[in-house]
Amino acid sequence: MPDSSASSDAPSLDAPARQKRPVPEKIRSILATDCGSTTTKAILIELDGDEYRLKVRGESPTTVEAPVEDVTAGVLNAVTEVEELAGRRLIRDGAIISPQTDDEGVDIYISTSSAGGGLQMMVAGVVRNMTAESAERAALGAGAIVMDVIASNDKRLPHERIEQIRRLRPDMILLSGGVDGGTTTHVVELAELIAAANPRPRLGISYELPVVYAGNKDARDLIQKQLEGKTALEVVDNLRPTLEREELMPARLKIQDQFLHHVMSHAPGYPKLMEWTDAPIMPTPGAVGYMMQTIASQRGIEILGVDIGGATTDVFSVFQGVFNRTVSANLGMSYSVSNVLAEAGLPNILRWIPFPVDERDLRNRIKNKMIRPTTIPQTLKELIIEQAIAREALRLALDQHKKLAVGLRGVQQQRTISDAFNQTSSHDTLVNLASLDLIVGSGGVLSHAPRRQQSALMMLDAFAPEWVTELAVDSIFMMPQLGVLAQVNEAAAMHVFDRDCLIRLGTSIAPTGSPEKSSVRVRGTLPGGNMLDGVVPGGELRVWQLGVGEEAQLEFVPEGTFDLGAGRGRPVSLTVTGGVVGLIVDTRGRPLHLPKDEAPRVAALQKWYQALDLYPSLSDQE
Amino acid sequence: MPQAYTPGLAVSDGVTVRKERKLPLPGDVMVAAGDEVSSDTVVARTELPGNAQLINIAGLLGVPPDELEARMRVRVGEEVAENTVLAETKGLLGLFRGQVRAPARGTLESVSTVTGQAILREPPTPLEVHAYIRGRIVEVIPREGVVVETHATFVQGIFGVGGETVGELVFITDEPSEPIRQAAIKPEHGGKVLVGGGRVEYGAIARAREVGAKAIIGGGIDDADLRTLLGYDLGVAITGTEPIGITVAVTEGFGDISMAQRTFELLRTRVGALASVNGATQIRAGVQRPEIVIPLESHHAERQTPASGVLEIGANVRVIREPHFGSVGVVAGLPVEPRRLETEARVRVASVRLSNGETIELPRANIELVETMSRD
Repeated sequence: MPDSSASSDAPSLDAPARQKRPVPEKIRSILATDCGSTTTKAILIELDGDEYRLKVRGESPTTVEAPVEDVTAGVLNAVTEVEELAGRRLIRDGAIISPQTDDEGVDIYISTSSAGGGLQMMVAGVVRNMTAESAERAALGAGAIVMDVIASNDKRLPHERIEQIRRLRPDMILLSGGVDGGTTTHVVELAELIAAANPRPRLGISYELPVVYAGNKDARDLIQKQLEGKTALEVVDNLRPTLEREELMPARLKIQDQFLHHVMSHAPGYPKLMEWTDAPIMPTPGAVGYMMQTIASQRGIEILGVDIGGATTDVFSVFQGVFNRTVSANLGMSYSVSNVLAEAGLPNILRWIPFPVDERDLRNRIKNKMIRPTTIPQTLKELIIEQAIAREALRLALDQHKKLAVGLRGVQQQRTISDAFNQTSSHDTLVNLASLDLIVGSGGVLSHAPRRQQSALMMLDAFAPEWVTELAVDSIFMMPQLGVLAQVNEAAAMHVFDRDCLIRLGTSIAPTGSPEKSSVRVRGTLPGGNMLDGVVPGGELRVWQLGVGEEAQLEFVPEGTFDLGAGRGRPVSLTVTGGVVGLIVDTRGRPLHLPKDEAPRVAALQKWYQALDLYPSLSDQE
Repeated sequence: MPQAYTPGLAVSDGVTVRKERKLPLPGDVMVAAGDEVSSDTVVARTELPGNAQLINIAGLLGVPPDELEARMRVRVGEEVAENTVLAETKGLLGLFRGQVRAPARGTLESVSTVTGQAILREPPTPLEVHAYIRGRIVEVIPREGVVVETHATFVQGIFGVGGETVGELVFITDEPSEPIRQAAIKPEHGGKVLVGGGRVEYGAIARAREVGAKAIIGGGIDDADLRTLLGYDLGVAITGTEPIGITVAVTEGFGDISMAQRTFELLRTRVGALASVNGATQIRAGVQRPEIVIPLESHHAERQTPASGVLEIGANVRVIREPHFGSVGVVAGLPVEPRRLETEARVRVASVRLSNGETIELPRANIELVETMSRD
């Protein structure tokens, strides 16, 4: 069996699909679709002068399920909408016209997919917080949902692990374990477990389950002996060749490759869709992650991205140049809304609501949303409750992200052995809310909030960023399509991202320290020449208008226990970027605490919500 | 242009229901196309591979893995009874022998001289798939299963727990709004499928389980009662395998909510018939709702198909979110331009004339079609 560890067989622009037709040197038009679990979204990007711009978008229900059972039907429906809106022909004889000739068709067609629940994986490693954790990071980074992590030291008995593998029926298993040249026994034991479980894949009973082995290279022959014939085994380089080194990229690329060739090719209509696309179909979160990394590296910033959906919440981050992605599989605003209640607990949701709510009524409302996930809040009270739940879902998703975002990127980096042993402790998470430069929020509850300041405050309350942080939302969640596009034409992807995708909300200035007897003085000149000189006492939120594209050179002087990065009480001078909300000075302190007693808590919420003009006539809701 | 489609739950007095009955692993199909089957007919059978026991023989004997071959007393592929000696050490002058015995009956599947572990595969477990509904086999999927077809009264619920079951339909409330209380459950309800109108109280479920009822169906349920029933807070609506000893299904939602009049009346026409009920609910990709299938006596009854599923003026709809949750009415208008809600969101709305005469405007996302059936 060949060692396929190199990136040569990874999904790349040189993959067979891409070779069938050369991409024109000057790309005039790009059609991109994202086949989600429920909706297929299509966008048309065209060259306008020297810039690529989003022209129109369309959407249609995804058609993976019965009665249609062909993903391309939904794609064509969504593209038909684009065709009608753009006023030019894109489809002929039930297929997308490519390349563009005159005013017909597009030069490039690309797609992402999370239909059918996305890529669902199990990972296995020898030591839970070492190889198994590295394997988990590799799978998540490739865009998978990790259903379970099996480790030799996970305290489960062998038969319990076997039962779990059988029960979960993953799409793929990533097996790792052992450093190169080390003992082979434990990783072979894991292979024996997998062989004993003889797992059947989720999509059909007629094909073999893909298993990617990325463990000790000395164990390859033994692993092959155990798993070949029983599974579709692929071998790549060890993702933990030494204790101090983590090398995730070969495993990630192989996972995406297997996703395409095994999982997707068995999903209804995908073989046809794969023929249509000019670049390999990527798992949706994998594409978003790629986009995040591109932004962070191009601008040299630290970034936190979140996509809160109906079923899951994805968190992406780049800190210290290290990319991480986690998916909180059961934190979402519709299908999983009830699980947010179960995990956060009722008091944590109620703390964000500035009016009395009957517990029984709230529980029933949340369950009704779960069973009828497409409904939307019609009254202001329902909107406020939904945004309270969103704060908790986002907070929990970030907590989960912090626990896993502790490792190294899939390039060679050095760390000490003691670091390696301690990697899951909370103090060494890479997520640093003080050095964070930009938060990008997306997903219905953030992208479609009736007032943009609602999105800004949901993110401030949930993530509690410290010091200076820019806030933005993705207007229509087109980052998946832009992620694939970035692999074909990075400039086009970045043009569209900047001009059509990202809505800048503004900048948050949030000192660390206790709000008791503390304050922040703000001084400087706003665009237009207005002088600004004010004091924001501790425990408040204050907003100044600073529009999109505007900047202001301001001095912030923290007083009392407050610190804005230069030390307690030391002033900082900053160039602050505006947005549709503006400059937000948040003196509620970090860590962010809400008053425990009801009356002061409600008073504080009302004060904050009014400061941001968050809701219309909030007083009616008291 | 794509049409607005607002799927509702099926409530039908006579419709063709097809059920795929498939094995999780390839096996044998026991019936042929055209066969008439009852709900308990075995339509397919297979054997699930037995539980695999991993036994660390080298560790237990205290010998290196590479010496294991010489210590084994059973060959790979050999069947053994429980307690059979699988491996042993020589001991000292034939004494003090270390032995490892089979913890269960099974077949020795493998012995690893790398890890020192052996896999003992317990005997396979037979698995049978029943027809679940009375009807006729219309398709055989070789080695996998069959498709059963029946002509039946068919009602989809909105949420349920517990799996497939079959029993005689019995009514336990007189009105669709009457809560289902413990006192309504009698000892003679053992083995029956119980239907009431209003909210199912936990006391009633507990009592129904006690008397051995197969299923209980109502309009609504309180989340607090569901939590008591399951013993945990249900996070994600993927149900059907709860070991709770009874199947529970509700047709409308959570809270004090009455069963839709039409559903209540339809089910009442089938009292005494054998009902197949499944509480399994899955609200993600591949939506699955709980169902009540009550086969009709004749396959040749007039055939009906669901209405188009398109939201249009005159369509019967139900409000599925607060305020007005549970109200039914008729679509009176479908304004093209989005309207501004109290939340300030701009969405497409429908104007609905409620059964009390009041006309309200509400988001299209917050209504569902009450499916009417049309004759073919």
